Amino acid sequence: MYDFNALYEANTLQEALELKATYPHALLLAGGSDILIKLRDGKYTGCDLISIYTLDELRGVELLDDGTIVIKPLTSFTDVAQNPILLKYVPTLCEAVEQIGAPQVRNIGTIGGNICNGVTSADSATTLKAYDAMLVIESQKGKRILPYLEFNLGPGKVDLKEDEILTAITISKESYNATYGHYIKYAKRKAMDIATLGCSVNVTLSGDKSKIERLRIAFGVAAPIPVRGINTEKETQGHPVNAELLNLIRERVLDDVTPRDSWRASKEFRLHLIQELAVRATREAIIKGGGSIDD
Amino acid sequence: MTKKSIKCRVNGVNREYFVDVRSSLMDLLRGPAGLDSIKHGCDVGECGACTVLINGRPFNSCIYLAVWAEGKEIVTLEGVTNPDGSLSDIQQAFVDEGAVQCGICTPGFIMASIPIINQETPSTREEIRRQISGNLCRCTGYQKIVDAIEKTQKKRIAEKKKG
Repeated sequence: MYDFNALYEANTLQEALELKATYPHALLLAGGSDILIKLRDGKYTGCDLISIYTLDELRGVELLDDGTIVIKPLTSFTDVAQNPILLKYVPTLCEAVEQIGAPQVRNIGTIGGNICNGVTSADSATTLKAYDAMLVIESQKGKRILPYLEFNLGPGKVDLKEDEILTAITISKESYNATYGHYIKYAKRKAMDIATLGCSVNVTLSGDKSKIERLRIAFGVAAPIPVRGINTEKETQGHPVNAELLNLIRERVLDDVTPRDSWRASKEFRLHLIQELAVRATREAIIKGGGSIDD
Repeated sequence: MTKKSIKCRVNGVNREYFVDVRSSLMDLLRGPAGLDSIKHGCDVGECGACTVLINGRPFNSCIYLAVWAEGKEIVTLEGVTNPDGSLSDIQQAFVDEGAVQCGICTPGFIMASIPIINQETPSTREEIRRQISGNLCRCTGYQKIVDAIEKTQKKRIAEKKKG
Protein backbone atom coordinates (compact mmCIF):
# COMPACT_ATOMS: atom_id res chain seq x y z
CA MET A 1 0.00 0.00 0.00
CA TYR A 2 1.31 3.44 -0.89
CA ASP A 3 0.85 6.15 1.70
CA PHE A 4 -0.54 8.89 -0.51
CA ASN A 5 -3.74 10.66 0.45
CA ALA A 6 -6.03 11.09 -2.58
CA LEU A 7 -5.80 9.69 -6.08
CA TYR A 8 -7.50 11.65 -8.85
CA GLU A 9 -7.70 9.72 -12.08
CA ALA A 10 -7.97 11.70 -15.31
CA ASN A 11 -9.76 10.00 -18.19
CA THR A 12 -9.10 12.73 -20.77
CA LEU A 13 -6.50 15.48 -21.17
CA GLN A 14 -9.33 17.96 -20.54
CA GLU A 15 -10.06 16.28 -17.21
CA ALA A 16 -6.37 16.22 -16.34
CA LEU A 17 -6.11 19.99 -16.94
CA GLU A 18 -9.24 20.57 -14.83
CA LEU A 19 -7.85 18.42 -12.02
CA LYS A 20 -4.49 20.22 -12.14
CA ALA A 21 -6.30 23.57 -11.92
CA THR A 22 -8.48 22.37 -9.02
CA TYR A 23 -5.69 20.61 -7.09
CA PRO A 24 -2.54 22.55 -8.00
CA HIS A 25 -0.55 20.99 -5.14
CA ALA A 26 -1.20 17.44 -6.38
CA LEU A 27 1.66 15.60 -8.07
CA LEU A 28 1.18 14.55 -11.66
CA LEU A 29 1.70 10.79 -11.93
CA ALA A 30 2.84 9.46 -15.32
CA GLY A 31 4.54 6.03 -15.14
CA GLY A 32 5.37 6.54 -11.49
CA SER A 33 8.85 5.03 -11.57
CA ASP A 34 10.15 8.05 -9.68
CA ILE A 35 7.14 9.22 -7.67
CA LEU A 36 5.97 5.80 -6.43
CA ILE A 37 9.53 4.98 -5.36
CA LYS A 38 9.87 8.26 -3.48
CA LEU A 39 6.52 7.46 -1.81
CA ARG A 40 8.02 4.16 -0.61
CA ASP A 41 10.90 6.21 0.75
CA GLY A 42 8.57 8.43 2.76
CA LYS A 43 9.41 11.55 0.73
CA TYR A 44 5.84 12.26 -0.41
CA THR A 45 3.85 10.78 2.49
CA GLY A 46 0.26 12.06 2.49
CA CYS A 47 0.53 13.71 -0.95
CA ASP A 48 -2.28 13.86 -3.47
CA LEU A 49 -1.78 12.38 -6.94
CA ILE A 50 -3.32 13.05 -10.32
CA SER A 51 -2.82 9.97 -12.46
CA ILE A 52 -2.55 10.60 -16.19
CA TYR A 53 -0.96 7.21 -16.94
CA THR A 54 -4.01 5.79 -18.70
CA LEU A 55 -4.44 8.75 -21.11
CA ASP A 56 -3.73 7.12 -24.46
CA GLU A 57 -4.23 10.47 -26.21
CA LEU A 58 -0.87 11.48 -24.69
CA ARG A 59 0.88 8.35 -25.99
CA GLY A 60 2.55 7.70 -29.35
CA VAL A 61 4.70 9.35 -32.01
CA GLU A 62 3.58 11.28 -35.10
CA LEU A 63 5.29 12.74 -38.15
CA LEU A 64 3.65 15.97 -39.33
CA ASP A 65 3.47 17.08 -42.99
CA ASP A 66 6.29 19.60 -42.50
CA GLY A 67 8.53 16.83 -41.13
CA THR A 68 8.16 17.78 -37.46
CA ILE A 69 8.34 14.78 -35.15
CA VAL A 70 5.83 14.85 -32.28
CA ILE A 71 6.51 12.59 -29.32
CA LYS A 72 3.64 12.41 -26.86
CA PRO A 73 4.89 12.53 -23.27
CA LEU A 74 3.44 9.23 -22.00
CA THR A 75 5.23 7.19 -24.67
CA SER A 76 7.20 4.55 -22.79
CA PHE A 77 10.95 4.17 -23.30
CA THR A 78 10.29 0.76 -24.89
CA ASP A 79 7.95 2.38 -27.42
CA VAL A 80 10.38 5.26 -28.07
CA ALA A 81 13.19 2.73 -28.67
CA GLN A 82 11.10 0.68 -31.12
CA ASN A 83 9.23 3.44 -32.92
CA PRO A 84 9.82 3.31 -36.71
CA ILE A 85 9.64 7.12 -37.16
CA LEU A 86 12.17 7.76 -34.40
CA LEU A 87 14.44 4.92 -35.58
CA LYS A 88 14.48 6.46 -39.02
CA TYR A 89 14.99 10.13 -38.17
CA VAL A 90 16.40 10.40 -34.63
CA PRO A 91 17.95 6.99 -33.90
CA THR A 92 20.24 8.50 -31.27
CA LEU A 93 17.19 9.08 -29.07
CA CYS A 94 16.21 5.39 -29.43
CA GLU A 95 19.75 4.32 -28.52
CA ALA A 96 19.79 6.63 -25.50
CA VAL A 97 16.54 5.40 -23.96
CA GLU A 98 17.57 1.77 -24.57
CA GLN A 99 20.20 2.38 -21.92
CA ILE A 100 17.69 3.26 -19.21
CA GLY A 101 17.12 0.78 -16.38
CA ALA A 102 15.96 -2.63 -17.60
CA PRO A 103 12.98 -3.93 -19.64
CA GLN A 104 10.53 -3.55 -16.73
CA VAL A 105 11.60 0.06 -16.14
CA ARG A 106 11.56 0.92 -19.86
CA ASN A 107 8.01 -0.47 -20.08
CA ILE A 108 6.64 1.76 -17.32
CA GLY A 109 8.90 4.82 -17.59
CA THR A 110 7.73 7.64 -19.87
CA ILE A 111 9.79 10.15 -21.83
CA GLY A 112 7.72 13.06 -20.51
CA GLY A 113 8.18 11.89 -16.94
CA ASN A 114 11.90 11.61 -17.53
CA ILE A 115 12.27 15.25 -18.54
CA CYS A 116 9.66 16.77 -16.19
CA ASN A 117 11.41 15.11 -13.28
CA GLY A 118 14.18 17.60 -14.03
CA VAL A 119 17.22 15.56 -13.02
CA THR A 120 20.54 16.09 -14.74
CA SER A 121 21.11 12.36 -15.32
CA ALA A 122 17.94 11.73 -17.40
CA ASP A 123 19.12 9.66 -20.37
CA SER A 124 16.56 11.11 -22.78
CA ALA A 125 17.35 14.70 -21.74
CA THR A 126 20.83 15.07 -23.24
CA THR A 127 19.79 13.80 -26.67
CA LEU A 128 16.57 15.86 -26.73
CA LYS A 129 18.65 18.94 -25.84
CA ALA A 130 21.18 18.14 -28.55
CA TYR A 131 18.24 18.04 -31.01
CA ASP A 132 16.83 21.40 -29.81
CA ALA A 133 13.54 19.75 -28.88
CA MET A 134 10.56 22.02 -28.22
CA LEU A 135 8.00 21.42 -25.49
CA VAL A 136 4.26 21.99 -25.77
CA ILE A 137 2.85 22.87 -22.38
CA GLU A 138 -0.87 23.23 -21.71
CA SER A 139 -3.16 24.47 -18.99
CA GLN A 140 -6.84 25.37 -18.94
CA LYS A 141 -5.78 28.91 -19.82
CA GLY A 142 -4.04 27.89 -23.01
CA LYS A 143 -0.97 26.50 -24.63
CA ARG A 144 2.64 27.67 -24.76
CA ILE A 145 5.66 26.37 -26.62
CA LEU A 146 9.04 26.46 -24.96
CA PRO A 147 12.52 25.41 -26.13
CA TYR A 148 13.57 22.45 -23.99
CA LEU A 149 16.88 24.28 -23.48
CA GLU A 150 14.99 26.79 -21.28
CA PHE A 151 12.94 24.23 -19.34
CA ASN A 152 15.32 23.15 -16.56
CA LEU A 153 15.49 25.80 -13.83
CA GLY A 154 17.63 23.90 -11.34
CA PRO A 155 18.11 20.38 -9.97
CA GLY A 156 14.65 18.77 -9.99
CA LYS A 157 13.04 22.13 -10.93
CA VAL A 158 11.44 22.73 -14.31
CA ASP A 159 9.41 25.54 -15.85
CA LEU A 160 5.98 23.99 -15.29
CA LYS A 161 3.42 26.10 -13.43
CA GLU A 162 1.20 24.33 -10.93
CA ASP A 163 -1.70 24.06 -13.38
CA GLU A 164 0.36 23.02 -16.41
CA ILE A 165 0.97 19.69 -18.13
CA LEU A 166 3.56 18.79 -20.76
CA THR A 167 1.53 17.54 -23.75
CA ALA A 168 4.12 17.07 -26.51
CA ILE A 169 7.82 17.05 -27.30
CA THR A 170 8.66 18.10 -30.85
CA ILE A 171 11.78 17.98 -33.02
CA SER A 172 11.81 20.01 -36.23
CA LYS A 173 12.97 18.64 -39.57
CA GLU A 174 15.64 21.35 -39.75
CA SER A 175 17.05 19.90 -36.52
CA TYR A 176 17.38 16.25 -37.56
CA ASN A 177 17.77 16.52 -41.35
CA ALA A 178 21.19 15.26 -42.58
CA THR A 179 22.20 15.11 -38.94
CA TYR A 180 23.90 12.13 -37.30
CA GLY A 181 24.31 11.57 -33.62
CA HIS A 182 25.77 9.41 -30.93
CA TYR A 183 25.00 9.06 -27.22
CA ILE A 184 27.34 7.60 -24.64
CA LYS A 185 26.22 6.76 -21.13
CA TYR A 186 29.00 6.12 -18.69
CA ALA A 187 27.76 4.10 -15.71
CA LYS A 188 29.17 1.47 -13.40
CA ARG A 189 26.93 -1.33 -14.66
CA LYS A 190 25.18 -2.08 -17.92
CA ALA A 191 21.64 -2.05 -16.50
CA MET A 192 19.70 -0.48 -13.63
CA ASP A 193 22.17 2.32 -13.15
CA ILE A 194 22.11 6.09 -13.27
CA ALA A 195 24.60 7.78 -15.56
CA THR A 196 27.83 8.92 -13.94
CA LEU A 197 28.04 11.02 -17.07
CA GLY A 198 26.07 11.20 -20.31
CA CYS A 199 27.10 12.84 -23.57
CA SER A 200 25.06 13.25 -26.74
CA VAL A 201 26.56 14.72 -29.89
CA ASN A 202 25.02 15.32 -33.27
CA VAL A 203 26.75 16.68 -36.33
CA THR A 204 25.78 18.00 -39.71
CA LEU A 205 28.65 17.76 -42.19
CA SER A 206 29.31 19.78 -45.33
CA GLY A 207 28.40 18.12 -48.64
CA ASP A 208 31.92 16.77 -49.18
CA LYS A 209 32.08 15.61 -45.51
CA SER A 210 35.20 17.68 -44.92
CA LYS A 211 33.79 20.33 -42.58
CA ILE A 212 31.50 20.62 -39.60
CA GLU A 213 28.44 22.62 -40.61
CA ARG A 214 26.81 22.26 -37.24
CA LEU A 215 27.82 20.42 -34.11
CA ARG A 216 25.57 20.17 -31.09
CA ILE A 217 26.78 18.59 -27.88
CA ALA A 218 24.87 18.04 -24.64
CA PHE A 219 25.90 16.59 -21.30
CA GLY A 220 24.09 14.96 -18.40
CA VAL A 221 25.54 15.07 -14.85
CA ALA A 222 28.12 17.63 -16.03
CA ALA A 223 26.20 20.45 -14.33
CA PRO A 224 23.16 20.73 -12.01
CA ILE A 225 20.93 20.40 -15.09
CA PRO A 226 21.42 18.77 -18.52
CA VAL A 227 23.45 21.34 -20.50
CA ARG A 228 24.56 22.15 -24.02
CA GLY A 229 28.20 22.81 -24.80
CA ILE A 230 27.64 26.30 -26.22
CA ASN A 231 31.31 27.36 -26.39
CA THR A 232 32.38 24.11 -28.03
CA GLU A 233 29.58 24.39 -30.56
CA LYS A 234 30.54 27.93 -31.59
CA GLU A 235 34.21 27.16 -32.00
CA THR A 236 33.72 24.00 -34.01
CA GLN A 237 31.37 25.53 -36.55
CA GLY A 238 32.98 25.35 -40.00
CA HIS A 239 35.99 23.48 -38.61
CA PRO A 240 37.63 20.90 -40.88
CA VAL A 241 36.99 17.30 -39.86
CA ASN A 242 40.43 16.33 -38.55
CA ALA A 243 42.37 15.41 -35.43
CA GLU A 244 42.65 19.09 -34.51
CA LEU A 245 38.86 19.22 -34.23
CA LEU A 246 38.92 16.55 -31.55
CA ASN A 247 41.70 18.37 -29.66
CA LEU A 248 39.69 21.58 -29.83
CA ILE A 249 36.63 19.80 -28.42
CA ARG A 250 38.71 18.22 -25.67
CA GLU A 251 39.85 21.70 -24.56
CA ARG A 252 36.67 23.70 -25.11
CA VAL A 253 34.20 21.41 -23.34
CA LEU A 254 35.79 22.33 -20.03
CA ASP A 255 34.35 25.84 -20.44
CA ASP A 256 30.85 24.43 -20.85
CA VAL A 257 30.47 22.33 -17.71
CA THR A 258 30.39 22.58 -13.93
CA PRO A 259 30.44 19.00 -12.60
CA ARG A 260 30.59 18.24 -8.90
CA ASP A 261 31.80 15.56 -6.56
CA SER A 262 29.28 12.92 -5.63
CA TRP A 263 29.44 9.40 -4.27
CA ARG A 264 29.33 8.12 -7.84
CA ALA A 265 32.40 9.98 -9.03
CA SER A 266 34.73 12.84 -8.18
CA LYS A 267 34.64 16.15 -10.01
CA GLU A 268 38.05 15.38 -11.53
CA PHE A 269 36.91 12.02 -12.90
CA ARG A 270 33.79 13.64 -14.34
CA LEU A 271 35.91 16.29 -16.09
CA HIS A 272 38.00 13.49 -17.58
CA LEU A 273 34.82 11.70 -18.72
CA ILE A 274 33.41 14.90 -20.22
CA GLN A 275 36.52 15.36 -22.39
CA GLU A 276 36.81 11.71 -23.37
CA LEU A 277 33.09 11.07 -24.06
CA ALA A 278 32.78 14.33 -26.02
CA VAL A 279 35.61 13.23 -28.31
CA ARG A 280 34.38 9.65 -28.67
CA ALA A 281 30.76 10.66 -29.31
CA THR A 282 31.85 13.28 -31.86
CA ARG A 283 34.02 10.75 -33.68
CA GLU A 284 31.16 8.22 -33.79
CA ALA A 285 28.69 10.85 -35.00
CA ILE A 286 31.07 11.90 -37.79
CA ILE A 287 31.56 8.29 -38.88
CA LYS A 288 27.78 7.72 -38.89
CA GLY A 289 27.49 10.87 -41.03
CA GLY A 290 29.82 9.37 -43.62
CA GLY A 291 32.90 11.34 -42.61
CA SER A 292 36.23 9.91 -41.56
CA ILE A 293 38.55 11.07 -38.84
CA ASP A 294 41.94 10.01 -37.51
CA ASP A 295 43.38 11.03 -34.18
CA MET B 1 -10.01 5.33 2.31
CA THR B 2 -11.30 5.14 -1.24
CA LYS B 3 -12.13 1.80 -2.79
CA LYS B 4 -12.67 1.08 -6.42
CA SER B 5 -13.85 -1.80 -8.56
CA ILE B 6 -11.26 -3.06 -11.08
CA LYS B 7 -12.07 -5.37 -13.99
CA CYS B 8 -9.18 -7.14 -15.68
CA ARG B 9 -8.16 -10.47 -17.14
CA VAL B 10 -5.83 -12.48 -14.93
CA ASN B 11 -4.27 -15.64 -16.36
CA GLY B 12 -6.96 -15.85 -19.03
CA VAL B 13 -9.96 -15.40 -16.73
CA ASN B 14 -12.07 -12.22 -16.41
CA ARG B 15 -11.96 -10.99 -12.83
CA GLU B 16 -13.35 -8.13 -10.81
CA TYR B 17 -11.72 -6.89 -7.63
CA PHE B 18 -12.68 -4.23 -5.13
CA VAL B 19 -9.46 -2.53 -4.08
CA ASP B 20 -8.13 0.33 -2.00
CA VAL B 21 -6.87 2.86 -4.58
CA ARG B 22 -3.55 3.02 -2.71
CA SER B 23 -2.82 -0.62 -3.57
CA SER B 24 -0.03 -1.62 -5.90
CA LEU B 25 -0.73 -4.31 -8.47
CA MET B 26 1.45 -6.56 -6.31
CA ASP B 27 -0.87 -5.91 -3.33
CA LEU B 28 -3.86 -6.84 -5.50
CA LEU B 29 -2.32 -10.00 -6.94
CA ARG B 30 -0.86 -11.33 -3.69
CA GLY B 31 -3.93 -10.27 -1.71
CA PRO B 32 -7.45 -10.51 -3.18
CA ALA B 33 -6.26 -12.48 -6.23
CA GLY B 34 -4.45 -15.01 -4.03
CA LEU B 35 -1.53 -15.43 -6.44
CA ASP B 36 1.58 -15.84 -4.34
CA SER B 37 4.06 -16.58 -7.12
CA ILE B 38 4.54 -12.80 -7.17
CA LYS B 39 7.29 -12.19 -4.67
CA HIS B 40 7.45 -9.12 -2.45
CA GLY B 41 11.08 -8.11 -2.85
CA CYS B 42 12.50 -4.59 -2.88
CA ASP B 43 9.21 -2.66 -3.31
CA VAL B 44 10.96 -0.10 -5.53
CA GLY B 45 11.30 -1.78 -8.93
CA GLU B 46 14.92 -2.84 -8.62
CA CYS B 47 14.90 -6.60 -7.98
CA GLY B 48 12.29 -7.88 -10.45
CA ALA B 49 10.89 -10.52 -8.04
CA CYS B 50 7.35 -9.18 -8.55
CA THR B 51 7.52 -9.19 -12.37
CA VAL B 52 4.25 -9.96 -14.19
CA LEU B 53 3.21 -9.55 -17.80
CA ILE B 54 0.79 -6.73 -18.55
CA ASN B 55 -0.53 -6.90 -22.12
CA GLY B 56 2.42 -9.16 -22.93
CA ARG B 57 5.21 -7.01 -21.51
CA PRO B 58 7.08 -7.46 -18.22
CA PHE B 59 6.39 -4.90 -15.50
CA ASN B 60 7.36 -4.64 -11.84
CA SER B 61 4.00 -5.03 -10.08
CA CYS B 62 5.33 -3.30 -6.95
CA ILE B 63 5.52 0.06 -8.75
CA TYR B 64 2.29 -0.19 -10.71
CA LEU B 65 -0.99 1.10 -9.30
CA ALA B 66 -3.66 -1.60 -9.00
CA VAL B 67 -6.21 0.80 -10.55
CA TRP B 68 -4.10 0.93 -13.74
CA ALA B 69 -4.89 -2.78 -14.27
CA GLU B 70 -8.42 -1.87 -15.40
CA GLY B 71 -9.04 -3.54 -18.77
CA LYS B 72 -5.56 -5.07 -18.90
CA GLU B 73 -4.47 -8.65 -19.56
CA ILE B 74 -2.25 -9.83 -16.72
CA VAL B 75 -0.25 -13.05 -16.65
CA THR B 76 1.57 -14.37 -13.57
CA LEU B 77 3.63 -17.54 -13.14
CA GLU B 78 0.40 -19.39 -12.22
CA GLY B 79 -0.72 -18.69 -15.79
CA VAL B 80 2.52 -20.06 -17.23
CA THR B 81 2.11 -23.43 -15.50
CA ASN B 82 0.30 -26.06 -17.61
CA PRO B 83 -3.47 -26.20 -17.01
CA ASP B 84 -3.13 -29.64 -15.38
CA GLY B 85 -0.72 -28.17 -12.82
CA SER B 86 2.39 -29.75 -14.31
CA LEU B 87 5.46 -27.63 -15.05
CA SER B 88 5.67 -25.86 -18.41
CA ASP B 89 8.85 -26.18 -20.52
CA ILE B 90 10.45 -23.00 -19.15
CA GLN B 91 9.79 -24.04 -15.55
CA GLN B 92 11.12 -27.56 -16.21
CA ALA B 93 14.21 -26.05 -17.88
CA PHE B 94 14.91 -23.98 -14.74
CA VAL B 95 14.74 -27.21 -12.69
CA ASP B 96 16.83 -29.27 -15.14
CA GLU B 97 19.54 -26.64 -15.57
CA GLY B 98 19.90 -25.95 -11.86
CA ALA B 99 18.67 -22.37 -12.33
CA VAL B 100 16.76 -22.46 -9.03
CA GLN B 101 18.49 -22.30 -5.67
CA CYS B 102 16.61 -20.45 -2.94
CA GLY B 103 13.86 -19.79 -5.48
CA ILE B 104 12.55 -16.38 -4.47
CA CYS B 105 13.70 -14.73 -7.71
CA THR B 106 12.56 -17.58 -9.96
CA PRO B 107 8.96 -16.51 -10.76
CA GLY B 108 10.19 -13.03 -11.69
CA PHE B 109 12.95 -14.38 -13.90
CA ILE B 110 10.54 -16.70 -15.70
CA MET B 111 8.04 -13.89 -16.31
CA ALA B 112 10.81 -11.58 -17.59
CA SER B 113 11.96 -14.34 -19.96
CA ILE B 114 8.55 -15.00 -21.57
CA PRO B 115 8.86 -12.39 -24.37
CA ILE B 116 12.30 -13.70 -25.36
CA ILE B 117 11.47 -17.43 -25.32
CA ASN B 118 8.56 -16.73 -27.68
CA GLN B 119 10.77 -14.98 -30.23
CA GLU B 120 10.98 -16.34 -33.75
CA THR B 121 14.76 -16.03 -33.99
CA PRO B 122 17.42 -17.24 -31.53
CA SER B 123 18.95 -14.69 -29.15
CA THR B 124 22.58 -14.34 -28.19
CA ARG B 125 23.44 -14.93 -24.53
CA GLU B 126 24.10 -11.18 -24.30
CA GLU B 127 20.55 -10.47 -25.52
CA ILE B 128 19.15 -12.90 -22.96
CA ARG B 129 21.16 -11.19 -20.23
CA ARG B 130 19.75 -7.83 -21.36
CA GLN B 131 16.20 -9.20 -21.18
CA ILE B 132 16.71 -10.34 -17.56
CA SER B 133 18.80 -7.33 -16.52
CA GLY B 134 15.95 -6.06 -14.32
CA ASN B 135 16.00 -9.20 -12.16
CA LEU B 136 18.41 -9.95 -9.32
CA CYS B 137 19.53 -13.39 -8.13
CA ARG B 138 21.90 -13.78 -5.18
CA CYS B 139 22.38 -17.56 -5.54
CA THR B 140 22.96 -18.83 -9.04
CA GLY B 141 25.42 -16.41 -10.59
CA TYR B 142 22.98 -16.15 -13.53
CA GLN B 143 24.75 -18.66 -15.84
CA LYS B 144 22.23 -21.42 -15.17
CA ILE B 145 19.33 -19.03 -15.60
CA VAL B 146 20.66 -17.94 -19.00
CA ASP B 147 21.16 -21.66 -19.84
CA ALA B 148 17.52 -22.45 -19.00
CA ILE B 149 16.17 -19.56 -21.07
CA GLU B 150 18.46 -20.32 -24.01
CA LYS B 151 17.46 -24.01 -23.95
CA THR B 152 13.73 -23.23 -23.86
CA GLN B 153 14.00 -20.66 -26.62
CA LYS B 154 15.87 -23.13 -28.86
CA LYS B 155 13.32 -25.86 -28.10
CA ARG B 156 10.36 -23.59 -28.96
CA ILE B 157 11.96 -22.37 -32.18
CA ALA B 158 12.64 -25.98 -33.21
CA GLU B 159 9.02 -26.95 -32.41
CA LYS B 160 7.69 -24.06 -34.48
CA LYS B 161 9.84 -25.13 -37.46
CA LYS B 162 8.41 -28.66 -37.22
CA GLY B 163 4.95 -27.04 -37.19
